[in-house]
Amino acid sequence: MTSFVKPKIRRKQEPVNTLGMVRADYDGTASTLCAGCGHDSVNAALARAFFELSVEPHMAVKVSGIGCSSKSPTYFMSDAHGANTVHGRMPAFATGAVAANSDLTYIGISGDGDSLSIGLGQMAHAIRRNVNMLYMLYNNGVYGLTKGQFSASADIGSVAKKGGANELPPIDPAALALATGATFVARSFSGDREQLIPLIKAGLRHTGFAVIDVISPCVTFNDHKGSTKSYAHTYKYFHPAVHADFVPPSEEIITAYEEGELMPVEMHDGSRIRLRKLDSDYDPRDRAGAFAKVLEGQSKDEILTGLLYINEDLPDMHARKNTGPRPLNQIPYSELNPGAAKLKDLQRSFR
Amino acid sequence: MNGPSVNDFVIKVATVNGTGSASANGLLMKTIFRMGVPVVGKNIFPSNIQGLPTWYEIRVTGDGYGGRDGNVHLSVAMNPDTYADDVAELTPGGVLMYDSTWPRPQLTARTDVTVIGVPLSRMCNDAFAVARSRVLMKNMAYVGAAAALLNLDMAVIQALVEEMFASKPRLVPDNMKALALGFDYVSENFECPLPFRVMSMNKTEGKIIIDGNTAAALGCVYGGATFGAWYPITPSTSLMDGFAEYCAKLRVDPETGFNKFCIIQAEDELAAAGLTIGASWNGARAFTPTSGPGISLMSEFIGYAYYAEVPMVLFDIQRVGPSTGMPTRTQQCDIQLCAYASHGDTRHILVFPANPRECFEMAVNALDLAERFQTPVFFMSDIDIGMNDWMVDELTWDDTYIPDRGKVLTAEEVDGLDTFHRYLDVDGDTIPYRTLPGTNPKGSYFLRGSGHNKFGRYTEKGPEYKEVVDRLLAKWKSAAEAVPAPITISARSKARCGIIAVGSSDPAVLEARDRLEASGIPVDYMRVRGFPFSKEVEAFIDAHEQVFVVEQNRDAQLRGLLVAETTAPKEKLVAILHYSGEPLNFRFVYDEIQTAVKVRKIA
Repeated sequence: MTSFVKPKIRRKQEPVNTLGMVRADYDGTASTLCAGCGHDSVNAALARAFFELSVEPHMAVKVSGIGCSSKSPTYFMSDAHGANTVHGRMPAFATGAVAANSDLTYIGISGDGDSLSIGLGQMAHAIRRNVNMLYMLYNNGVYGLTKGQFSASADIGSVAKKGGANELPPIDPAALALATGATFVARSFSGDREQLIPLIKAGLRHTGFAVIDVISPCVTFNDHKGSTKSYAHTYKYFHPAVHADFVPPSEEIITAYEEGELMPVEMHDGSRIRLRKLDSDYDPRDRAGAFAKVLEGQSKDEILTGLLYINEDLPDMHARKNTGPRPLNQIPYSELNPGAAKLKDLQRSFR
Repeated sequence: MNGPSVNDFVIKVATVNGTGSASANGLLMKTIFRMGVPVVGKNIFPSNIQGLPTWYEIRVTGDGYGGRDGNVHLSVAMNPDTYADDVAELTPGGVLMYDSTWPRPQLTARTDVTVIGVPLSRMCNDAFAVARSRVLMKNMAYVGAAAALLNLDMAVIQALVEEMFASKPRLVPDNMKALALGFDYVSENFECPLPFRVMSMNKTEGKIIIDGNTAAALGCVYGGATFGAWYPITPSTSLMDGFAEYCAKLRVDPETGFNKFCIIQAEDELAAAGLTIGASWNGARAFTPTSGPGISLMSEFIGYAYYAEVPMVLFDIQRVGPSTGMPTRTQQCDIQLCAYASHGDTRHILVFPANPRECFEMAVNALDLAERFQTPVFFMSDIDIGMNDWMVDELTWDDTYIPDRGKVLTAEEVDGLDTFHRYLDVDGDTIPYRTLPGTNPKGSYFLRGSGHNKFGRYTEKGPEYKEVVDRLLAKWKSAAEAVPAPITISARSKARCGIIAVGSSDPAVLEARDRLEASGIPVDYMRVRGFPFSKEVEAFIDAHEQVFVVEQNRDAQLRGLLVAETTAPKEKLVAILHYSGEPLNFRFVYDEIQTAVKVRKIA
């Protein structure tokens, strides 16, 4: 397997974003994932979201762990720095990177094996720190690269390609994120870009840790009858609770919604998320309520999707660390050196 | 070398941990230091918060040797649980002082030592009302008693007590009163001072007393580190505590109030390593302090940083292994682990500070080396250096210092290139250029721990893989002349034998070498300060018939490294191993080498 550069083909009158860039400027190298892999659709949605938000590609940083999902950062935005780190350890690497430079947009890509087994601790602690990043969890219920073992997100009774049924209870990433204090929790499906793209945009603009659990079927090892992470199963039990429209700061709200259905959430950069309730009693600003709904969905075998929880009011890691607007990596040494005189002075206590 | 005599003896205070004796012992040591007499302090403490035996050893060393003596002359035995050991350890002619509130006639079983009973608890109970202050004041009372026995200057003690309680001056009178209780009782009841005692000198001018972790923390501040991550582990914790304390004082922007640093307490050492690498990849000078168990956990990320060429500095404050081992005892037992940490072919740069002053300097070296060579650098300290109080020359700083950030291209420099390739050896010096995220789209690259070619692209092709790892080896080798150079002390006459040692073994080896020479065995001594070994190390071994490798571990790890990484014949290198967990003392080194020389007839 080698990577190669995808040729850039420009169409006439192609739409451009506010930077004058076209969608193809957000492409990466050609994917080496299996044909029909859900991950490719999610990567296309990511490229679309970055394009529509007019993020300069080199001002974004893509990081991942190990696994099929974690190969993704090479498949979009070649002009952004990326890092394929160690299995389950992307959150720590990402947290360090975010600490060093608060000016960039960070996206982490992980899978259910990477996040829910080997990297469960790291994911939970990145959530606790409210690191300012979007964390995409590509969830297919299996280990692909090692050929089809169950992951920790596999549902009880879900059948493996080779026949065995999973007996252990699944770890639900959304429930986990809610329990550990995530400030933005969403779930979506690789097959629903209409729902996914606005969620990605909102997640990128959220100040703090945003988790999107994306059901992204594995066509090779987990798309058969009896699997609860197949395309067919996901389409059947997909239950959108809240639809999120992302509205950039400059755009006016034109569409009118019925009162009571619309919940606008103001973001730190002035943009807004307009939430359309699909379940009449759902309020994604209520953590306890969101948690109850997620559990209720589990008991009904429903895959509850949409923006499940958002809280824009909690300080992110930079705010807690009081690092200020200037990135740490841009402070000149002259401002870091306390000076020889100070050293002499402070040693008086050592005599 | 048989002592004791004026300004040449050892005091050992035995107490129970958690009783507040640390400040009393510090007071005792600093008083002697302020009287101009060099001192060596060793804290031998349990991995426990309260109730277990702890000792503080102070060597008074008029001739300025910085290692342990190995003998004990005055035992201040404040812990009844360890009386037996404390008596047994005394050198013939020594003195034992204990709390005679509860008389212990059996202590006088040894006829070659003098036992002095001071009713410390009774006097303190009579003089002070509050239970907790009685315990604390007993500590001050034994300092007062020792002051009488050793001829310490009470004016110096008073000045120190006033400094100690500068923020709570109302505590000064009670503390002085307790000191006087001990001082007066001993002066009235025993012949004072003892034949071995302190007499003022002028040998501590320009010196400070500092521990290595504090000094390394200051090195990180002065070296321009902005990011530190760690998981608390004895004995490295005080390094990050120090960094946090100095950053709070020295690194807060006075105008904006914003911090010019970020410290993250990780959930474990795996994360601490990842945090450090992430920050460093993104352009912050980053480090993590840890100990052996932490290095074991970090090994996965260490291999990643080595192969993907990300700078990182690891402070390994070594403690006794294997496994949890003895967390509060010292060893040099991670040398081989750190030299080759992680799976696959990996080799690392190590620096070996030997005292707190070098901790300050080598923290800066380590930060520079990591960024220059784009690789993990290990700072090999240990409990003895890291947590004990050492007398060293005052730290100095050159304000013209400019950090060596290595080959990092600016946005403009990237613009000037046709193409940028992360792992291409453009300059032919084995070190490629790197770019930071957010600078220039043309400089973007994908960092990976999986197989990559010199252009930074994924590969599974053997020749492409080999080209990169061969360059990594050459890069590592080229660091041999960039690490701190070895220091050699030559005998006055031609020596057939040499000693090689690293780190905290230094003061004991220095003293043993002097005394061997004085007794007719000339020995040269090379202190290695970096790995990979420079050419000088090989030349030193070549120039001697026998080389004693003195180190603090069971398996002769340094010797193993010398055998593996130099052309030296194995049989030439003789291991002298000390691994009880206590700091090395000169008598041990002297005796071992003297015996070995006699046996081999090579003096």
